[in-house]
Amino acid sequence: MTIRRDEALRTLVPLVHDNDIVVAVYQTNFDWMGINPRPLNYVAVGAMGQATSHGLGLALANPERRVFVFDGDGSLLMNLGALVTVAGAGVTNFYHFVFANRVYEVNGDQPIPNAENVDFAGFAAAAGYAMSRSFDDLDEFARAVPRILELAGPQMVSLETVPGEPYPRNYDYIHSAEARKTFEDALNGRK
Amino acid sequence: MATASSARTRGQVAHPSGARIIELLKESGVGEVVALPDIVTSDGLLWPISRDPAIRLTRVCKEDEGVSICAAMSCNGTRAVLLMQQTGLMDSLNAIRAIGIDYQRPVVMLVGLLEKEPHLPASKSAAYGVRIVEPVLRAMGISHSSIEEPGDVESIVHLIDEAYANSRPHVFLIGRAPVAP
Repeated sequence: MTIRRDEALRTLVPLVHDNDIVVAVYQTNFDWMGINPRPLNYVAVGAMGQATSHGLGLALANPERRVFVFDGDGSLLMNLGALVTVAGAGVTNFYHFVFANRVYEVNGDQPIPNAENVDFAGFAAAAGYAMSRSFDDLDEFARAVPRILELAGPQMVSLETVPGEPYPRNYDYIHSAEARKTFEDALNGRK
Repeated sequence: MATASSARTRGQVAHPSGARIIELLKESGVGEVVALPDIVTSDGLLWPISRDPAIRLTRVCKEDEGVSICAAMSCNGTRAVLLMQQTGLMDSLNAIRAIGIDYQRPVVMLVGLLEKEPHLPASKSAAYGVRIVEPVLRAMGISHSSIEEPGDVESIVHLIDEAYANSRPHVFLIGRAPVAP
């Protein structure tokens, strides 16, 4: 079984509070911006694989906020050591969702290495995350995720996904100074 | 202030004081250090930083993680430095390009020059990996400065302030091992 990515994101919408930070990547980022545009979406990580590390920096510097990372499987594979760094940093406000579609979706749908066998929740557990779980059923995920978000982080949720409703890939916006200013103004309470 | 140890010599040259560098980082408002071990700065900077209660040390597995961590921290004004050796700097160039230059984030880096001869400038080093560092930084338009002599450390506060004021990276190239406190 698999979960439509847009449905997984819509499940998360009511669980993400106004003062939470969301760091998302690639198509998941474009979908999330379409489904839940909000000023505390940190939309640009610059280099592939860096979402976890941006999220960690935000979690360390903003301990009063929860930080959600909506990662890609190919992205995470580029920076697997970051799982160890996150676990070592002991960030209890860190919630890591991996949208595992098993392909590099915005790069031609090429498969990730060893696509059939990679266990992302297993990586997180071995790295020392507080807990990690995998889901391939939307209803099961929807029932479990509120409780997961009540637990101290770092938490990992790996979701076996397929594309859902397509949202436009607005690269100009995510790389813009306007996007960074919007986030920083919201983070620092500026109008 | 500078300690007597900063004037000590190793071989024919004086080395900067690790204690003074740490003191100036704190004076700059830096309370976060993100690091991978580097043999040039291990005894003089990283070990003492790891024991300093005024600084939070985040140990990373790979240097480009540190670029992103420091950049993200800067969003609410939190000042951080990334401590690494030049091999990690070279390995992180794409992250520095994207996050530091394209996104104009103030990522401040302290970079130990592995295999640089203390009595020579980096440009005269026998090590190719050392000689190319400054030309690469120039090609990328990245602000950088050298810490060789004990007095060189006195520019730290000003250069960190500039990096944050102008929201751009700065690289300190440490060519002589700082003296351990």
